[in-house]
Amino acid sequence: MDCVSEVLSGEATHQPRWFGSLGAPQALQERLAERAQDVPAVKAETDVAIETRDLHVYYGKNHALKGINITFYKNEITALIGPSGCGKSTYLRSLNRMNDTIPTAKTTGHILLNGEDLNRPDIDVWALRKRVGMVFQRPNPFNKSIYENIAFAPRFHGIKKKSTLDDVVEEALRRAALWDEVKDRLHESAFALSGGQQQRLCIARALAIEPDVLLLDEPAAALDPISTAKIEELLLDLKKRYTVIIVTHNMQQAARISDRTAFFYEGELIEYNPTHKLFTNPDKQATEDYVSGRFG
Amino acid sequence: MNAKIADRIATAVFVLIALLLVFILVGLVGYLMWRGLPHISWHFLTSPPAFSEAGGGIGPQLFNSIYVLFLTMLLTVPIGVGGGIFLAEYAGDGWLTRFLRSAIEVLSSLPSIVVGLFGLLVFVQYTGWGYTILGGALALMLFNLPLMVRTSEEAIRSVPRDQKEASLALGVSHWRTITSVLLPSALPGIVTGAILTAGRAFGEAAALMFTAGMSSSRVDFTDWNPFSPLSPLNPMRSGETLAVNIWKVSSEGLVPDAREIAAGASALLVIVVLVFNLLARFLSRWLYKKMTASSS
Ligand SMILES: Nc1ncnc2c1ncn2[C@@H]1O[C@H](COP(=O)(O)OP(=O)(O)OP(=O)(O)O)[C@@H](O)[C@H]1O
Ligand SMILES: [Mg+2]
Repeated sequence: MDCVSEVLSGEATHQPRWFGSLGAPQALQERLAERAQDVPAVKAETDVAIETRDLHVYYGKNHALKGINITFYKNEITALIGPSGCGKSTYLRSLNRMNDTIPTAKTTGHILLNGEDLNRPDIDVWALRKRVGMVFQRPNPFNKSIYENIAFAPRFHGIKKKSTLDDVVEEALRRAALWDEVKDRLHESAFALSGGQQQRLCIARALAIEPDVLLLDEPAAALDPISTAKIEELLLDLKKRYTVIIVTHNMQQAARISDRTAFFYEGELIEYNPTHKLFTNPDKQATEDYVSGRFG
Repeated sequence: MNAKIADRIATAVFVLIALLLVFILVGLVGYLMWRGLPHISWHFLTSPPAFSEAGGGIGPQLFNSIYVLFLTMLLTVPIGVGGGIFLAEYAGDGWLTRFLRSAIEVLSSLPSIVVGLFGLLVFVQYTGWGYTILGGALALMLFNLPLMVRTSEEAIRSVPRDQKEASLALGVSHWRTITSVLLPSALPGIVTGAILTAGRAFGEAAALMFTAGMSSSRVDFTDWNPFSPLSPLNPMRSGETLAVNIWKVSSEGLVPDAREIAAGASALLVIVVLVFNLLARFLSRWLYKKMTASSS
């Protein structure tokens, strides 16, 4: 019996790190088992949202990602885990070509969204980033009002009519579960919001441009447990409409909300599997060592 | 000697230095005011200078100072901010950028008298304009551009990178990101640069003596068409400024009240510069609010 399921059945001699102090192992185990039925190892071609083939990223001479192949499915949450510096953020940022903004970064390979290769040099990156939205680790609202934070990008992308913009703002805030908290102060500075509210505002801002895929780089790392729980709940709701890819250092979080998990180590993809399998019965020894807290 | 005593001594020294600075400032301004204020009257501010008898004013010089300043800012701020944007956002690390930076460095360390002589060669003699207000403004632009470029660049660079990334990740173009996200946040810094520039321009004498000239041409304050030769707004007439006038009357003034005129003009100069400071501060705060708040 492998180490992780030992822990789950309460026979462990040591507690893996990802249980933390919050975890009710029993509930988590049930949750993982429950989800096992819903997540087949492979889905149909029509369910594919975005995939990368042989994706390499270099920062100057530093070979940060070494040929990553992952297929992400529609309406699923996929978690990217791995020790610090293994390339999770780099991978996420390559999906919407944000690495282009780093002069030393070079990306080779294919990123396929609806069969279109996003890594071709002639692709319109502005239009692409509209389809692949991104939320960062630290909440980074603009130095503008709450309303303007959300209306800014849709206006740039061509929505000029005030009433339409109002609708877009309201809809985005509702989807990010923030509307009720801010509807009376839309024109106040976004900096007056709490950290958790700011992060949900950043999610709303990304949703306002109607992306197909939502990328989140440790979106709850700077937040308290209650705000984190709200974000997790929100993501579970959002996957009904979007494809969600999330980087997290929190094993519990990955286990709680994701359908699939990809484990990165030193720029390589070690294992990509449905979350329940990766956490309870991983294919690779390294994965087991990592999720059980033996290194990382 | 123990740490506590050392700390006390250091504190005392710093307080002394601070007091000395305040004392110098208050003493200087106080002395100038005490000497100059009694001579400032409506008559002094509005009448033209006298040739040999007492009782002349500085009206045209005051107007020329403001007009030269206005033209200088009109030239310096757009070009300076443009240069700052280029260096902060577009310039790579190539030899051209390095060359540009050292050129700016050299230009900013040139003494103003050298800039004045260069202006004499180019804007007075080469162009055949003679002494003109425009030539003076161009010389002052050369003198102030490095400062304006550098403060703008610094202000833009000091905007947190996550603000820029947030905007780019929403598919907003680089240029729109600069104008709508970076510049509003950088505005206070840019306005500070503009204040410094304005103060330097208003008080500058050496760069103007040989470009805008040391005499004020006859002007008709009822004619405001910039193209008519007698108009105060005609940029192609010679125009002695306040600072040049102070230098002239105190070094070679023929009027019996030359000392009083110089004192009055100095006090006026200080007052105007202080007023500029306050105004610019107010303006920057107002602009900042306007640009960051919702536009609806
Ligand atoms: N802007 C950059 N310039 C140069 N090298 C970089 C840059 N960003 C990341 N790297 C390098 O790429 C590698 C992967 O970094 P990345 O940020 O993707 O790791 P990560 O898995 O997100 O780590 P963490 O969990 O700490 O966020 C590291 O070796 C890092 O030093
Ligand atoms: Mg990271």
